[in-house]
Amino acid sequence: MVDAWQILSGITDPEIPVVSITELGIVREVTLVVDGIEVAITPTYSGCPAIHMIEEEIVDRLQQAGYAEVRVKTVLAPAWSTDWIAPAARDKLKDFGIAPPGRVNLFPRSVVCPRCGAARTERLSEFGSTACKAHYRCLECLEPFDFFKPL
Amino acid sequence: MTSSTCEFALRMGDNALILGQRLAEWLGHGPQLEEDIASANIALDLIGQARLWLSLAGRLEGGGRDEDALAYGRDQHEFRNCTLVELPNGDYAFTIVRRMLFDAYQRVLLGRLAEGAEGDIAAIAAKSKKEADYHWRHSADWTLRFGDGTEESHRRAQAALDGLWGYTHELFAPDAADPDAGSLRGPWLELVEPALKEATLVIPADTAFMSAGKRGVHSEHLGYVLAEMQFLQRAYPGARW
Repeated sequence: MVDAWQILSGITDPEIPVVSITELGIVREVTLVVDGIEVAITPTYSGCPAIHMIEEEIVDRLQQAGYAEVRVKTVLAPAWSTDWIAPAARDKLKDFGIAPPGRVNLFPRSVVCPRCGAARTERLSEFGSTACKAHYRCLECLEPFDFFKPL
Repeated sequence: MTSSTCEFALRMGDNALILGQRLAEWLGHGPQLEEDIASANIALDLIGQARLWLSLAGRLEGGGRDEDALAYGRDQHEFRNCTLVELPNGDYAFTIVRRMLFDAYQRVLLGRLAEGAEGDIAAIAAKSKKEADYHWRHSADWTLRFGDGTEESHRRAQAALDGLWGYTHELFAPDAADPDAGSLRGPWLELVEPALKEATLVIPADTAFMSAGKRGVHSEHLGYVLAEMQFLQRAYPGARW
């Protein structure tokens, strides 16, 4: 049977299809129990609609891999933080056109453009296409882009 | 767990649910696309928070009601949100100033609960506090823009503050479910006063007016919110997507 963590690392965030749910730090714990397997996940934002798709996907994939009983449980504490996003995933976000979050306690004065690398950018809106992102514009290459907000 | 803890969780959940519902009314009507999206994003956060609080209230109540039963199955007098959040949106200045007053309250209250409370309450509060910080940045920023903007935007923001201020007293009125409510007003004012001053807005004189939404005595407006929110589940009980 394939390792459960390996299966879970093949599930991507439905809103950001280049990073996996394990890289994002959404999967907190995987426990083998008598009759199957239990996966503890934590939501990113309270109202993030992606979490339901992620739950269904976890159950589907693990059942396909032969785990009979799959239970997904939600844990709230400690609250999810962008600091848990793996370094490799930050590069993937950047390549995908999303400026990765800085460290939570160091809110960046300037957000670097993921396309051209310029530091001269401006915030268009605190709230972007999804709950986790803000909308920015590069003042050098003039392209708009998303910024993954530190949380 | 005591029934006052359940009552407190209901208040937290209903505040978030009703304000979330109000903000969602801006969908497709926002003054600009970015604000349309911002209101929807914040509404989503609030409704997510409401689900956590109402699920907790249902568990504490122990009667088998889940978040949906509480949101869709209660009548107006059973809702425990403060009157502030149920008032109609008015113009965008009113929507923003209301949120700014409420976001500051959330930041202070959730911050305190995250550190002082235990178990589920602390966990929900710690998660929601992070979101409230972003909401505050948005509403305080727009309060500044409106207050210190044009003559017309200043006039509207000041009118909003004049109309809303009296409804904030309820937030700090202590009772059995929230005995420490009064001690939040100081830290709340420390956030609100400088932000309003920078926005050149003047806090109106306090009056004896005290709304009582959190005790289930609501304005006429809540019924209309519930009629829209609950219609589908009332007409087709148990309907699922």
